[in-house]
Amino acid sequence: MYDLIIIGAGPAGITATVYAARKKMDFLVVSGDIGGQAAWSGDIENYTGYQFITGPELALKFEDHMRKYGVTVKEPEQVLDIRKIEDKIIVKTDKGRYESRTAIIASGKRSRELSVPGEKEFKNKGLTYCATCDGPLFAGKDVAVIGGGNSALDAVLQLIKIARRIYLVNIVSHLTGDPVMIDKVHESDIVTVMNNAKVLGITGAEMVNGIKIRYDGQERIIPVEGIFVEIGLIPNSHFAPDLDKNALGEIKVDCCNRTNIPGIFAAGDVTDLPEKQIIIAAGEGSKASLSAFKYLNQHR
Amino acid sequence: MNKKVKVYSTPTCPFCIRAKQFLKESAVSFEDIDVSTNHEAAQEMMKRSGQMGVPVIDIEGELIVGFDKDKIRKALGL
Repeated sequence: MYDLIIIGAGPAGITATVYAARKKMDFLVVSGDIGGQAAWSGDIENYTGYQFITGPELALKFEDHMRKYGVTVKEPEQVLDIRKIEDKIIVKTDKGRYESRTAIIASGKRSRELSVPGEKEFKNKGLTYCATCDGPLFAGKDVAVIGGGNSALDAVLQLIKIARRIYLVNIVSHLTGDPVMIDKVHESDIVTVMNNAKVLGITGAEMVNGIKIRYDGQERIIPVEGIFVEIGLIPNSHFAPDLDKNALGEIKVDCCNRTNIPGIFAAGDVTDLPEKQIIIAAGEGSKASLSAFKYLNQHR
Repeated sequence: MNKKVKVYSTPTCPFCIRAKQFLKESAVSFEDIDVSTNHEAAQEMMKRSGQMGVPVIDIEGELIVGFDKDKIRKALGL
């Protein structure tokens, strides 16, 4: 039985790992990937010590720091269930089953899906959740961006340089991102902003050829070859049914990263802590690790 | 023994960067094809993989869509 299992290897999980290694705990890391959301961020200019660094570069530095301690990392491996039975925490994954005395859940967030007909079918066939990745493939094409917050505006601003025509499909009455970005979007003559527009489905044959929306009191299909879904993130907390969560599905933690189950801690974007930032997640990861260490000492 | 590896990628795509890092760390040499500038290669990638997401990794003709470490390791026999 391990002292600690850390679930997730983004900024929070990796920092927890560094602290756990330095406390010489007997622990294991289980994660779907390494770097988490940081690894697919664009440019990072607010992580102290780096005036400018890209997401993949920072993620690699995090990984190197973790590997330095010779940590056991099970990756890629998906956690399916975590629960506490008497004094044991049992973690079930798609590849195994592990037991531990404490756990830190640092599993982050993932892109929210539209949940409309055609979404699954046309994923990567014109529909994407990563404008940074796939944007350049839509050069000269008509595309739709779904959303109205900063990530949607960011996608539009990247696509302005590439696409022929951009429809920004926003479900609420106005754009909610930063005013600086909204101004830039309005200044472009290739962007059509559609507020109060609801996506009903994705159409296509082999690839996407349109998006069905309800707009201005009527249903219509806009012909597009690309659809960028940027409607926010949801926490990866589904595998922890016994933990208290808020309405968004974020795991509730106190100031010491404790959840409602003694011995199970949580850190980073998966928690209900305000502000989702790489530097905050990293700090929370270290705090969770120290809390787990204290807990172990108190429950020997 | 050395397998022929091609990576269809875009310069901005973090998963592409991660995939290429992984290949380099595994001492696998590969041809890097930038589909944001090479439109013929972009068409070829879409036709062969039946989809538009990057990266697409071609290992001796076997196509792997996305940065899927397990599949890459298996295809390379790592």
